[in-house]
Amino acid sequence: MSMLVPFGPQHPVLPEPLQLRLELDDEKVVSAIPVVGYVHRGLEKLAEQKDFIQDTYLIERVCGICSFQHSMAYSMGVEEIMNIEVPERANYLRVIWAELHRMHSHLLALGLLADAFGFENLFYTIWKVREEIMDAMEATTGARVMLGACCIGGVRKDINAEQAKFVLEKLANFEKDFKRPAEVILGDYSVKERLCGVGIIDGKKAYELGTVGPALRGSGVAKDHRMTGYAAYGKLGFEPVVENDCDCYARTKVRVRELYQSCELVKAALAALPEGELKTPFKGNPLGEAAVRVEQPRGEVLYYLRGNGTDKLDRLRIRTPTFANIAPLLNMLVGCGLPDVAVIILSIDPCISCTER
Amino acid sequence: MMTVNEVLTLENQQEKIGALLLHGYRFVTMTVVDKGEEFDIIYHFDLDYDMVNYQLVLKKGDVLPSISDICFAAVIVENEIQDLFGITVSNLAIDYEKHFLLAPDAPAEPFCRVPGVGVTAVKTTAAAAENGGDK
Amino acid sequence: MRLFSIFKDILGNLVKGPVTRNYPAEVRDPFPGERGKLVIDEKSCIFCGMCAKKCPANALTVTRQPKEWKFERFRCIICGACVEACPKKCLSMVPRLAEEPKAEAKAKEKAE
Repeated sequence: MSMLVPFGPQHPVLPEPLQLRLELDDEKVVSAIPVVGYVHRGLEKLAEQKDFIQDTYLIERVCGICSFQHSMAYSMGVEEIMNIEVPERANYLRVIWAELHRMHSHLLALGLLADAFGFENLFYTIWKVREEIMDAMEATTGARVMLGACCIGGVRKDINAEQAKFVLEKLANFEKDFKRPAEVILGDYSVKERLCGVGIIDGKKAYELGTVGPALRGSGVAKDHRMTGYAAYGKLGFEPVVENDCDCYARTKVRVRELYQSCELVKAALAALPEGELKTPFKGNPLGEAAVRVEQPRGEVLYYLRGNGTDKLDRLRIRTPTFANIAPLLNMLVGCGLPDVAVIILSIDPCISCTER
Repeated sequence: MMTVNEVLTLENQQEKIGALLLHGYRFVTMTVVDKGEEFDIIYHFDLDYDMVNYQLVLKKGDVLPSISDICFAAVIVENEIQDLFGITVSNLAIDYEKHFLLAPDAPAEPFCRVPGVGVTAVKTTAAAAENGGDK
Repeated sequence: MRLFSIFKDILGNLVKGPVTRNYPAEVRDPFPGERGKLVIDEKSCIFCGMCAKKCPANALTVTRQPKEWKFERFRCIICGACVEACPKKCLSMVPRLAEEPKAEAKAKEKAE
């Protein structure tokens, strides 16, 4: 006999409100139906009412974790419509902040995952390491999360030699402090028991269902939008991180390896930081349409913009990575046990306020 | 600049998208733009970082056939546009009946523009192209 | 098979003492350039309204007649767009815990 269990919207492991209506057969999940809409704010509509320069700040508030990459994607969209060439230094600075954001987001996700399978000590240890990255961001831009550093045509803030040294110091601290938690999360028996072989989705299925980010790369598909070389990624040498096990452990491993990769990318970008302007001045209003994709910590985000020649946009559409990962999540949940549901949900690193905008 | 690769009609929508999926393209998302009298519905597909965009012009009040039977990934976004634009999508794999994102007491079709009110889109992209495009 | 591999760190943490600061008795110095709150030097303000025009959160209202600069602190998203837009450079961002500039002096001014 099957029974219906509502999972969420208030659940100890979920940082944000999401409900899954689980149909259970004994302890096994037969099907799952997501119920969202608890934090729908209509930001896309609000963006049509503000002018396109003010939107840069609004868009940053779509998500509280990958905020810089949202404003970066939006700026890249407007730049594409208006044919604005971004100065080289600004491109490198964008990579630095984007990768710092990726690091703090992955650390947050790993911590929450540890919390989901009841490993509180690991959760605190990882979040302690995250503070190093937050400090690096605060020292360079003046804010911890809502950096406000990206603007149309370039960046608003600069990193001077002293700040660069501080960031490198913090990165060294990160490498030193993260070594132990990384060993625990990848090597400990109890962690492996909870993650290995749970939430399996094979590469072909994941690709068809439109999975993005670490969830896709954990299934052996080497797809990372940074490969297209937007901003300065093309000049920094970049290879996507891929794992082939298709389970929660593989996705966790992708995140851990990406952390070290992002750390190297920030260092490389700081070393190669060219001198020059921060911002290209521009005039006029956007006219035309553009669709831009950027790789966020959780996967690729799509920005569709349509300008009509006035200072207000006709339409701004954001397809966030978690939005694309809901369909594969439903697939992963089928056949798993009820205690694994929380772990599987957190293994795709859901961001619900992103999803609903 | 985004290019629209093909303009679909309601009759050949399923067939064209099915053919594209067979080529290994995967569904990215759908975008709806309210132009006052009609909707622009843009389907975004991707293969090897290359995006293909199909456009469908839908009159207000018309029913949009769902593609969720050939491409399950579209079911979430189709439910979203059902909510936000009030477009009725037929044959949905999971139908939330226009209450996917919105609560039962929320305003209906919040993303729609009433014709003549709040419509600033006089120039469409096609009109812009005639004028020599973006300068 | 590694079991209880976090124990080494737990024992270390027991010996090392807390990693957190004894806030609020001990406050970390703000980083230079921290965006904490918006302050205005109203003496050099020309009430042009540029800041209000650029503000994405509509937190500012400026009127020329009578000369008034109003700021709704709860609406402010601390982006700093107004600081960049100000032609007279009379707006600035200061760390959150900084003293309100001449709060007493202002009150005195009003009383006069």
